[in-house]
Amino acid sequence: MAKYLLLKHYRGAPAAVNDVPMDRWTPDEISAHMRYMQDFADRLEAVGEFVDGQALAPGGTWVRYDGEGRPPVTDGPFAETKDLIAGWMVIDVDSYERAVELAGELSAAPGAGGKPIHEWLELRPFLTAPPTITE
Amino acid sequence: MTAPVNEAGVDEAGVNEALLRSLTPGVLGILVRRGADFAAAEDAVQDALVEAVRAWPADPPRDPKGWLVTVAWRRFLDATRADTARRRREELVDEEPAPGPAPAADDTLQLYFLCAHPSLTPSSAVALTLRAVGGLTTRQIAQAYLVPEATMAQRISRAKRTVAGVRFDQPGDVATVLRVLYLVFNEGYSGDVDLAAEAIRLTRQLAAAIDHPEVAGLLALMLLHHARRASRTAPDGALVPLAEQDRARWDTRLIAEGVEILQAALARDRLGEFQAQAAIAALHADAPAAAETDWVQIVEWYDELARLTGSPVVRLNRAVAVGEADGPRAGLEALAALDDSLPRYSAVAAYLHERDGDRAAAARLYAEAARKAPTLAERDYLTRQAARLNAGR
Repeated sequence: MAKYLLLKHYRGAPAAVNDVPMDRWTPDEISAHMRYMQDFADRLEAVGEFVDGQALAPGGTWVRYDGEGRPPVTDGPFAETKDLIAGWMVIDVDSYERAVELAGELSAAPGAGGKPIHEWLELRPFLTAPPTITE
Repeated sequence: MTAPVNEAGVDEAGVNEALLRSLTPGVLGILVRRGADFAAAEDAVQDALVEAVRAWPADPPRDPKGWLVTVAWRRFLDATRADTARRRREELVDEEPAPGPAPAADDTLQLYFLCAHPSLTPSSAVALTLRAVGGLTTRQIAQAYLVPEATMAQRISRAKRTVAGVRFDQPGDVATVLRVLYLVFNEGYSGDVDLAAEAIRLTRQLAAAIDHPEVAGLLALMLLHHARRASRTAPDGALVPLAEQDRARWDTRLIAEGVEILQAALARDRLGEFQAQAAIAALHADAPAAAETDWVQIVEWYDELARLTGSPVVRLNRAVAVGEADGPRAGLEALAALDDSLPRYSAVAAYLHERDGDRAAAARLYAEAARKAPTLAERDYLTRQAARLNAGR
């Protein structure tokens, strides 16, 4: 009973095995990829392990406080940003091993040529509520 | 969402939810003994609970349990009549010998065994126990564990399919039930449902159904920890370690009850891990001030616990106790024998180094422990410890 975040990066992750940008895929390959992602989420829900899944637009804005009475300062997006998050899935599973297994399945989503992308996904545990019994 | 419940367990709508939920396992047991398959019977009982919340305020039944059995049985028949499941059910009833009359306590016990069946994953067993034995709704369980209701519904129906072939009258293993109840108590989030209180209620109910020293041990352990709940966090949510807790805020009534239950269990001379853990909690509860804690006895109990479980986490906690009983050097020696990749190893090392006077090492280890902390509250606590030591240098 632990929650994990599966993070998918637009860039910043190590190169995938089948590393062809999506705009070079055929429309059918893109459809197959999308279907795989949806089926994966549906399957997770059916086994009671799905919590959330979201995709993010690539472009973002940096915002910071600029002092009392002043509007926040905005900037970016910065072209040189190394790491760009594409989206995430949150899972609730019994063990770290199960989380790794599921991340491996998600990484097998088909890409160019209908072959698995083998893309690197980042797996991050959530910080939990403290246990009642500690000593 | 559940309506707020007052001390008598009667919510604003006039329904005694505590009574309703305490009747759940008995009603479900009766349906199963009449030949209903577990999954369908469980759905029917949930429907009856919902119906009771709706109907009882205007028309309270004289015999609440009889009312629930009647409504649940009718729901079960309605659900199975139309489809082929009816034939399957009739075959099932034909195949098996007619169940004889059995006391309700047996039904309740069998339900605990079924919901904690070893074929279930821990999270499935927890969800199924809370619904089928605890009478909580899927939505309440989903909220308690911060997952979508649809996910929890699937987890529960999958769990029911997993145990579909298990015979209801098979004897189970109490140890698996205790592990599930321990998880509900220890690893709850703080949502709408008070999971710690629910775990205590379910463990009390189990203790009434079976006479077993480890069930008593777990109940005592829960009561002794629950007694300290109010003092465990500061108003801002920060963790307050045992030594710094305001002991005047400990619930002496719960402590007295926990100690009494534990003493009766220990007197039977069938020691187990929960009794040993409860004994440690009782020794802490017994000390009027942190400085008066009987650490020598606590170390002895950790030795018992390590013998019973072989758990490296127990040895880690033992190192802390040794540090208090025989001084930080002895604690560090006990620590040196352990694997430094254990969860909370660096936190223990930091504490013992500070007590030994090595503030620089302690600050470094507290910062390391904060990076590895599995919970937000611990991370904040450990970061503050590192900051305190760094500021003093």
